[in-house]
Amino acid sequence: MSLLRVNNLSMRFGGILALNQVSFEVQPGSISALIGPNGAGKTTVFNCVTGFYKATEGHIDLDDNGRHTDLVKVLGERFRVGDFFNPKAFGDRLYYKALGGSHRVAQAGVARTFQNIRLFREMTVLENLLVAQHNQLDRNIIHGVLNTRRYRRSEKQALETAMHWLEIVDLGPDANRLAGELPYGHQRRLEIARSMCTSPCLICLDEPAAGLNPRETGELSRLIRTLRDEHKVTVLLIEHDMGLVMEISEHIVVLDYGQVIAAGDPKTIEADPKVLAAYLGTEEEEGHE
Amino acid sequence: MLGTAHDNPKVAALKEALLSAAITFLVMAPISGIVLKGYAFEADFTVPVYAALIVFVLRLAILLLEQNETGRKILVRLSPSKGGGVTVAKPGGVPWLRFILPLLFIAGLVLPFFLGKYWLTVVILAMIYVLLGLGLNIVVGLAGLLDLGFVAFYAVGAYMFALGSQYWGLGFWTALPLAAATAALFGGMLGFPVLRMHGDYLAIVTLGFGEIIRLVLNNWTSFTGGPNGVSAPNPTLFNLEFSRSAKIEGNIPFHEFFGIPYDSSLKYLFIYMVLFLVVCAMIYFVNRLRLMPMGRAWEALREDEIACRSMGINHVTVKLSAFMMGAMTGGIGGVFFAAYQGFVNPSSFTFFESALILAIVVLGGMGSVVGVIIAALVLTILPEALRDFADYRVLIFGILMVVMMIWKPRGLIRIHRPYFRVKGGKA
Repeated sequence: MSLLRVNNLSMRFGGILALNQVSFEVQPGSISALIGPNGAGKTTVFNCVTGFYKATEGHIDLDDNGRHTDLVKVLGERFRVGDFFNPKAFGDRLYYKALGGSHRVAQAGVARTFQNIRLFREMTVLENLLVAQHNQLDRNIIHGVLNTRRYRRSEKQALETAMHWLEIVDLGPDANRLAGELPYGHQRRLEIARSMCTSPCLICLDEPAAGLNPRETGELSRLIRTLRDEHKVTVLLIEHDMGLVMEISEHIVVLDYGQVIAAGDPKTIEADPKVLAAYLGTEEEEGHE
Repeated sequence: MLGTAHDNPKVAALKEALLSAAITFLVMAPISGIVLKGYAFEADFTVPVYAALIVFVLRLAILLLEQNETGRKILVRLSPSKGGGVTVAKPGGVPWLRFILPLLFIAGLVLPFFLGKYWLTVVILAMIYVLLGLGLNIVVGLAGLLDLGFVAFYAVGAYMFALGSQYWGLGFWTALPLAAATAALFGGMLGFPVLRMHGDYLAIVTLGFGEIIRLVLNNWTSFTGGPNGVSAPNPTLFNLEFSRSAKIEGNIPFHEFFGIPYDSSLKYLFIYMVLFLVVCAMIYFVNRLRLMPMGRAWEALREDEIACRSMGINHVTVKLSAFMMGAMTGGIGGVFFAAYQGFVNPSSFTFFESALILAIVVLGGMGSVVGVIIAALVLTILPEALRDFADYRVLIFGILMVVMMIWKPRGLIRIHRPYFRVKGGKA
């Protein structure tokens, strides 16, 4: 059974159809990539999957070891006529309308990073990772103010998890620096560590190699493999660096003009004439012009 | 500027200072030099002349300081601070803090015994503003929600005590937690629908809310007494009243119980003591909060809301908790205000109050507890000390704000992020 199922996803911004009936699946434990020319709708798919956009149509389902989450429903949908005759559906929808939102998607186990890094720049590196563990901590105010043993244990554990991830992304020495002070490449790695601190089952990386030099890109591809192999997390990434995509991904989905034009393993994609046409343009098209 | 290259630099400085003084005089003369006396205008140029003199001296001083090495060093030290206002705390913390804090605490406890009644009331008012500043600091400084109607919660607290005692016979000690809860409830009621908004929009909604509360208090004459206000009872200590004779049947006045002569400042002394302890508790609370998941989530939300949501933090409830916590503090401040004044009416809760509290938070350095305390003390005690210049109070206030924003745009006190001692992590 696949981990993420996107079914006939459509997204409309006013008159523009940004996504048109997009369907794809992500297998658990895989590294999948979403590629396509600029403006193809990759980031829109990401924003729908991670709950930042409400899809106009379609279904997104997450199945993490038998735990099923409807990623569209948890955002809070519009009321339908039928709801007014069905108290349970009404209550459900009201609940998600009032208390739903993209944080529910994250709680279900989808973590993400951003194309333009979004760290808490004026907080320290460790604090960034502690915020990410918010939902796993002892948040009782009274425990915190009185500094009870239970609270201290929970904080200590969070610090250990944070340090564990900092070691993995090789940022241990920077633990007590401000996140905004770090060099660009370190900020990228910190953002990945931060999203891993939410203990996700699926991590969505939005152009993780953007702005990195070749050596850093090499380290990144090793890091992504480590995440999958040792930490059992499924990776879905958007990337323009074809070398990186072809090297690490097992499944590639190609988008163009909001539609899936091809899907498969790197070998098939590389040879697919439609993909080549989308990226390079075809001779016929040039001939017409 | 005026002088040629051959001029002696000192002469050039003198010329430029004179020019600045002349401009000051020209600008000030029509504004404060012409006084309305009866039906005629009268020219009185003392104020503009003084202003021009002050500008002349300061400008000359700066220009002369620029001309030698030590002067330049002084200017550099005084110049606006550059860069972010945030640093990471030192690993060991502040070493002498352990001795300073108890000293400050004891000083705060014995201070009122050395003050006359007048200064005691001033210090109480300052402490109330410290409390309000700490409350708004949670909302604006930590959670980054611009709240222009904070005075509403202050009013809710004050009226809760005054009306509660009038209608339900509530005493000071029952009103304190009740007012905190009611103010928090009002905060929640306002917050839940509007906290999905950002920045400017939220500011306008809160501004409106502040005015609504004031207008309701002003116009619901049958319940709140309208502009005539309501009187609030004196506080009590174990049913001992701080008044000349007991207002409530069966209570004994404090001075009779202890057999000391009646002194009207006893009431203020008592209010000060309770208020001081509450402020200390609040300072401890806010400092703890900054290290707790809740406080961290507030600050993270201020930094980047989208990133917060991507990590499963419910931004609405987190904002709501900040809003309610701030409102609660405001409500407690209100109870003390009502007890201290013995009377509340809506004119104490105008927008100017909100602006003043916001000024305290901004001036102190958003998010910095020490900064807020200093700013609150300065902004309430300074106007009292400057009573002789009462006409220029708002002007001085404005100048102070402008100068601060140029000189230290991030507030008086730099914000320190907590340092975590971890294995393997070197800093």
